[in-house]
Amino acid sequence: MKLLTHNMLTSHVKGVVNGYPLLIKATEVKVNEVDFNPQFVSRMIPKLEWSALVQAADDLGQREDLPGEPVPEYENNEEFLKKVHRVLLEVEVIEGFLQCPESGREFPISRGIPNMLLNDDEV
Amino acid sequence: MKPKVLEGYLQQVDSFKKPKILLEQYPTSPHIAACMLYTIQSTFDDIQGKLVADLGCGCGVLSIGAAMLNAGLCVGFDIDNDALDIFRSNAEEFEIPNVDLVQCDLCSLEEDAYAKKFDTVIMNPPFGTKHNQGIDMQFLSAASTMAKTVYSLHKSSTREHIQKKARDLEMKMEVIAELRYDLPASYKFHKKKTVDIQVDFIRFSKA
Repeated sequence: MKLLTHNMLTSHVKGVVNGYPLLIKATEVKVNEVDFNPQFVSRMIPKLEWSALVQAADDLGQREDLPGEPVPEYENNEEFLKKVHRVLLEVEVIEGFLQCPESGREFPISRGIPNMLLNDDEV
Repeated sequence: MKPKVLEGYLQQVDSFKKPKILLEQYPTSPHIAACMLYTIQSTFDDIQGKLVADLGCGCGVLSIGAAMLNAGLCVGFDIDNDALDIFRSNAEEFEIPNVDLVQCDLCSLEEDAYAKKFDTVIMNPPFGTKHNQGIDMQFLSAASTMAKTVYSLHKSSTREHIQKKARDLEMKMEVIAELRYDLPASYKFHKKKTVDIQVDFIRFSKA
């Protein structure tokens, strides 16, 4: 599970009002090389919940010097975009689980795949 | 990448070992996948550098193809663990780093679950036969919330029904091509060796 994907995931357990962002408890994390596409990264930034991204990176010990907010005029700032690229696409949670911030419900991650399926009584 | 080359690669992607009839699991043929993906990119420029979702990704043929055509990231969604495991193995074997996978039930998504998060949705949804009546429409509904542009395959016989659904979802619908989906007998109840199903390759778009 990459952090770009994590940034979209929410808990929809019945009764939960705010199931975002999901906390990450990882037992295995990998950093892979992914081709850098500055335009793609730049376009993703406005779509992200930035604080959730920073929190997630922090929880994984992968934040490095990612700032608390996107820098001004980031479209042309390759150094900044590379940092974002690394955190969004190269860091991957392989094993662990996601946790609903409100209900505490755990969503397992196995072989890099988060399981967001809810039981019948949770829907 | 030329379509023939893409098709060649996709021929090597592993498919379902034990397809589950209740989930209507059929692989998308490498030929159809290559035609779809090549058109989506070369005619509409909707893959390269884009955030793509593959709904009902199965073993990942469409996602892997999209990744090979340089999608920024392609995220595959499926309900079945076994299919996703095969997809994961395929991605590892082909060293495709720009895919991600999520296990979920697309038919019981909250409306805002992934709302407007993607540039493009590409899918070969279950057609809704046997026990799954209406599932193709549920996939289309989900897709329409996730992106402004959706590419999908649907049985040509359901075209009018789909046009009505597109209107309800306020999406423009364009049949890009009519394809023959050649399904080899994969389940015990299949009496014929292969069956040709006429399918529409459709592009849905919102303003």
